Amino acid sequence: MDSFLSVRDYHQIFPVNTFHHVHALNGISFDMYAGEIFGLVGESGCGKSTLARAIMGMYKPSKGEIYYQNQCITGKHISRELRKTLQHDLQIIFQDSSVALNPRMSIEDCIAEPFDIHKLFPKKNERREQVVKLLHLVGLDSSFLEKIPAEISGGQKQRVCIARALSLQPKLIIADEPVSSLDVSIQAQIINLFIKLRKEIGFSLLFIAHDLAMVQYLCDRVGVMYKGKIVEIAPSEILFKHPLHPYTQMLLSAIPKPDPDSEKAKIFTSHAKIKLDKNAQLKESEQNHFVLE
Amino acid sequence: MEQVLSVENLSVSFDTKDGIVQAVRDISLQVNKGETLAVVGESGCGKSVFCRSVLKLLPDTAKITGKILIKSSDTEQDIVHLSEREMCKVRGTNFGMVFQDPMATLNPVIPIGKQIMEAIRLHQKISKKDAEKKAVELMELVGIDDAKNRIYQQPHFFSGGMRQRCALAIALALSPKILFADEPTTALDVTVQARLFDLLKEIQKKTGIAIVIVTHDLGLVARIADRVAIMYAGKIIETGTAEEIFYHSKHPYTWGLLGALPSLALKNGELKAIQGMPPSLLNPPQGDAFAARNDYALAIDYKMPPPLFSLSDTHKAATWLLDERAPHIEAPRYTQKNSL
Repeated sequence: MDSFLSVRDYHQIFPVNTFHHVHALNGISFDMYAGEIFGLVGESGCGKSTLARAIMGMYKPSKGEIYYQNQCITGKHISRELRKTLQHDLQIIFQDSSVALNPRMSIEDCIAEPFDIHKLFPKKNERREQVVKLLHLVGLDSSFLEKIPAEISGGQKQRVCIARALSLQPKLIIADEPVSSLDVSIQAQIINLFIKLRKEIGFSLLFIAHDLAMVQYLCDRVGVMYKGKIVEIAPSEILFKHPLHPYTQMLLSAIPKPDPDSEKAKIFTSHAKIKLDKNAQLKESEQNHFVLE
Repeated sequence: MEQVLSVENLSVSFDTKDGIVQAVRDISLQVNKGETLAVVGESGCGKSVFCRSVLKLLPDTAKITGKILIKSSDTEQDIVHLSEREMCKVRGTNFGMVFQDPMATLNPVIPIGKQIMEAIRLHQKISKKDAEKKAVELMELVGIDDAKNRIYQQPHFFSGGMRQRCALAIALALSPKILFADEPTTALDVTVQARLFDLLKEIQKKTGIAIVIVTHDLGLVARIADRVAIMYAGKIIETGTAEEIFYHSKHPYTWGLLGALPSLALKNGELKAIQGMPPSLLNPPQGDAFAARNDYALAIDYKMPPPLFSLSDTHKAATWLLDERAPHIEAPRYTQKNSL
């Protein structure tokens, strides 16, 4: 398969003050293929969101490159054309949908803002037609057009965010914990929506979460991050059956299952600070199963 | 079993400018000594309001009716009508509470040790030195290393999980009979969450404290709870032991909650979302509040709210499906034990 998005030895260092810095991403390398759902899991502070933002081009890399369809997108000199395709093709959905929507704009304007920026559908009725199409796609109807974000619920806001991300027909959507602020039953609605939309439209999805069961259900391949490094990458069935890295094993044992008998028998081994070797490299131990060694 | 708390026909309503919001409608439940009760439901179902109404932490606009009885071996006390000043005495010794966000619970500029001592010294007449010793002991109990030095540090020196442990230490300072935890781990990671719950279980074993935990995560409930109460639209719709709820649930809403869990979906093949939204509590529907979202709704569900049917001593469910005239409906396969 051809690589769609590849990250090569990416480092991101943030200065705290003159003496200290935070090494948020420490040599990340992975590939994403066209049309797949790639899950990224790890505890908070491990650099998941930083990676998402780095791919969106929000940071200047400290070291390393990101390639999108074999074109480098992190260098200093990106052509205007490439910049434009990137703005079209990469979209992000944030965790907190209530902050991601402008509280003073109607839902119609929120969703149509990308159209205005890219000068698509200048005619008002065409623009509205497109917005209604998008609303139907995410399971809402035209009664939402005139509403403002404060009038709709959290799950509906997240749907509006998804509709906005879909408006330019992107090739890659990055979803940064899109469901963790929602209720269990609403979470299921949104996850089912992602599955339905991928079937209908076909895009790649980089899904960031800390709910491992959700990732197992949704994703084709999963990468586990710990302290700014990817410690294991594997197709999700393999990863959840045979986790190889000690951190992954610990993380999997921490997921609570809705089964009192097995839960109460389980003893959770505390994760005695798992140390990562500085020079460790991702190695392929089985087919498609990479572990940091 | 010895009861420590008994709530009878509790209703809480708020007078707002849009009308009266009935947040909690006619709830009765008991908490026994040394057990863990989990209150589960979607956001807005009134579970936090229930928790706060027992501690009387609600604003003045809240109207509480019913009985909240604190029981010990020989006495019982109804606390619904107590004044704020009397409540202060009841709270520390009978109830401890841990809130969702530890950063909002702790004062950012006061050292942790001092905040723990504050709780102790308000209720007990002991010297500063003894209080400090007690604070160190409490911090060791909740698993913070090097407690002797760390009591002088402000909250920002601690990680999120440790802050929540400190909040727990404050709640446990006066060895209360019941600990209320309102979504204590929503702001925390899975690993930190697992450790905090193990800690809670350990403390329960040591001290015999009763724990009431409010959450929407059924996985967590399976890990810690002895008994479970499922709430929907301000009412308890099903209650029972953890085994009864997870393996023999009778209410369609409980089936829905279980079906929406991704770990069950893996075996089931599909993730079942409960369609629609919870009803507004401003004008709750006339019949069963869940009827509009219920695949198994009967005609009577739209007219009359179902009573609580008893299935065993501990297991009760409010659904017309349990009436003898109702058609027999098998619970979905994924809610049965061997499917897990």
